[in-house]
Amino acid sequence: MTTAQRPVIDLTDVTKTYGEGDTVVHALAGVTRRVERGDYVAVMGASGSGKSTLMNIIGCLDSPTAGRYLLDGVDVRHRDDAQLSRIRNRKIGFVFQSFNLIPRTSALSNVELPLAYAGVRAAERRRRALDALTRVGLRDRAGHLPSQLSGGQQQRVAVARAIVTEPVLLLADEPTGALDSHSTAEVLDLFDELSAAGRTLVVITHEDEVAARAKRVLRMRDGVVVEDVRTVAVTDLPPDMGALVEA
Amino acid sequence: MNLSESWRFALRGVSANKTRSALTTLGIIIGVASVIILVAVGTGSAKAVEDSISSLGSNTMTVTPTGTQGGGIAGGGGLAGIASLFGGGGAAKTDTGTKTRNPTLTMEDARALTDTTAAPDVIGVAPVVSGQNIVATYEGASHSVPTFSGSTPAYLGINNDTISAGTAFTDADYESHRRVVLLGSTVAEQLVGQDTTALVGQSVSFNGKAFTVVGILGEKGSTGPLDNDDRVIAPATAVQDTLTGYEDLSSISVKASSSDTTASAQDQVTAILDGRHNTTAATRDFSVFNSATILSAATSSNDTFTVLLGAVAAISLLVGGIGVMNIMLVTVTERTREIGIRKAIGAGKGDIVTQFLLEAVILSLLGGVVGVVLGLIGSQFTIVGVVPIVAPYSVVLAFAVALATGLFFGLYPASRAASLRPIDALRYE
Repeated sequence: MTTAQRPVIDLTDVTKTYGEGDTVVHALAGVTRRVERGDYVAVMGASGSGKSTLMNIIGCLDSPTAGRYLLDGVDVRHRDDAQLSRIRNRKIGFVFQSFNLIPRTSALSNVELPLAYAGVRAAERRRRALDALTRVGLRDRAGHLPSQLSGGQQQRVAVARAIVTEPVLLLADEPTGALDSHSTAEVLDLFDELSAAGRTLVVITHEDEVAARAKRVLRMRDGVVVEDVRTVAVTDLPPDMGALVEA
Repeated sequence: MNLSESWRFALRGVSANKTRSALTTLGIIIGVASVIILVAVGTGSAKAVEDSISSLGSNTMTVTPTGTQGGGIAGGGGLAGIASLFGGGGAAKTDTGTKTRNPTLTMEDARALTDTTAAPDVIGVAPVVSGQNIVATYEGASHSVPTFSGSTPAYLGINNDTISAGTAFTDADYESHRRVVLLGSTVAEQLVGQDTTALVGQSVSFNGKAFTVVGILGEKGSTGPLDNDDRVIAPATAVQDTLTGYEDLSSISVKASSSDTTASAQDQVTAILDGRHNTTAATRDFSVFNSATILSAATSSNDTFTVLLGAVAAISLLVGGIGVMNIMLVTVTERTREIGIRKAIGAGKGDIVTQFLLEAVILSLLGGVVGVVLGLIGSQFTIVGVVPIVAPYSVVLAFAVALATGLFFGLYPASRAASLRPIDALRYE
């Protein structure tokens, strides 16, 4: 199997339970899904549907109770803390609802951070971080502190930080939840561009507007996937961009 | 992730909240500086005492009356004065001379000690009488003399006294009860100012009795609060004639032939006096100090003093360390989210531990450096009459303990930060 054919995410009957005995909660009750390279998937669901648990497991922030999860062909079960840190660092870029930039630290330093933890040398790190900032259109804000940036700009810095390591998966958790409509459009356009450039995106959201931009939408309820709709093929442009091209 | 990177993160963490970092550091600064200064004071006072005791020579000893039998001791010159500081027994210090009891040390006792067959190791004996509440006046200037000793010319040799101007008094002066005095430099300065040699040949009156100044004593410096130059020496005969009367001696200064024979000389002196006073070890009404025993008593009491000072300072250093831990715990709680972010994007446990541990170490390192500097500056000043002597070990120790404190007290908060699960940390508000 070549790299191109290997699914980025391969979940086989993954379950996650919290608590014991009478108080046991099945946050995930058996999920089997694959996400191919280059796909743009939106995961939707009401709160308590298990989508956050799914995101934690996909993001290697939590481990499944049972089932198998291969991330880019690597089995992430039975990994210790340090190994999971390394896997997250190499394979996943995170974008969070509340941006989660390190305060009092410049945009550039924030973007450099994953590279620093990966052991990349300073000069190389700086070059790649500036590249990533250029791609999100914030090269001129490199020296600004998070507190000096708007919400949309902060989220774009977070996206730059997520893509700077060239991860196989970009994982976004409610990326527009804290943004106004203008900033939301900015970030979603950026996602479209990244998808068009061949990146694999998984976006957890409860907003239809966000889901509409994805190539494929998963709906979750009570810990299982209840709907899996593909809008456009994995290899096509995301719906909005495709529409623009056709028009 | 290399170490210099962690240093950068830690430095940024420390500088992010400067006031808090400064206050945390202050605890360490005070701890380190006080360890250095207090140990320096302890060392300085020990050194001063040792110096003044060893300047008396290792082969001198002093016999003083003890117990209930009375007898003035207040200052018999150098050694007796120091002896009174370190356990001169129950010797009454404010005896004014109206004695009704038998004198315990007499001129005859002093004479008996010169017996070369009974005391072969004794080469010098000087009886000392002390004048009490003596006020010296000269041309309108007056000065209260704390130590007014009457003795023989031999006293100067036993006591390692030198003459800086004029001459010493002689045996002839002693025999003929001549009213001559040697002034300590402090006394002379109090009476005429800096030009003390001008006093030589002049008449100074002590409690109204005129004495002729024949010489100025060489300077001996201070032993702690005791000014060894604030004294007057005159022939014992003249002092008895004019100021003290013919009662007992306040002390007898004895010199052994060498420092090796000091112990046997002390035994011989004790035996002779026991014989004359009809006493035993249990009933003895006098005691014999030699400078070695005083030195060891002084040294051990000074060691205790230094250890106590050091312990007080060490406690403040400990408190400073707890301050560091406290602030680091607050910092970790406050930055839980940041820790979550760092772990999510790939920081390992080691990276987080290193970062927070380094923050604690930077705080204590900073405190250590500033504390050492302040401690060294503070040790330049005379503190309660003591010239502090910085003990190098205290600087190294204080600094090392400060660093160790940072490491030790930083470890718990750092490991707490590192063991946070990223999903919990990210959810933290």
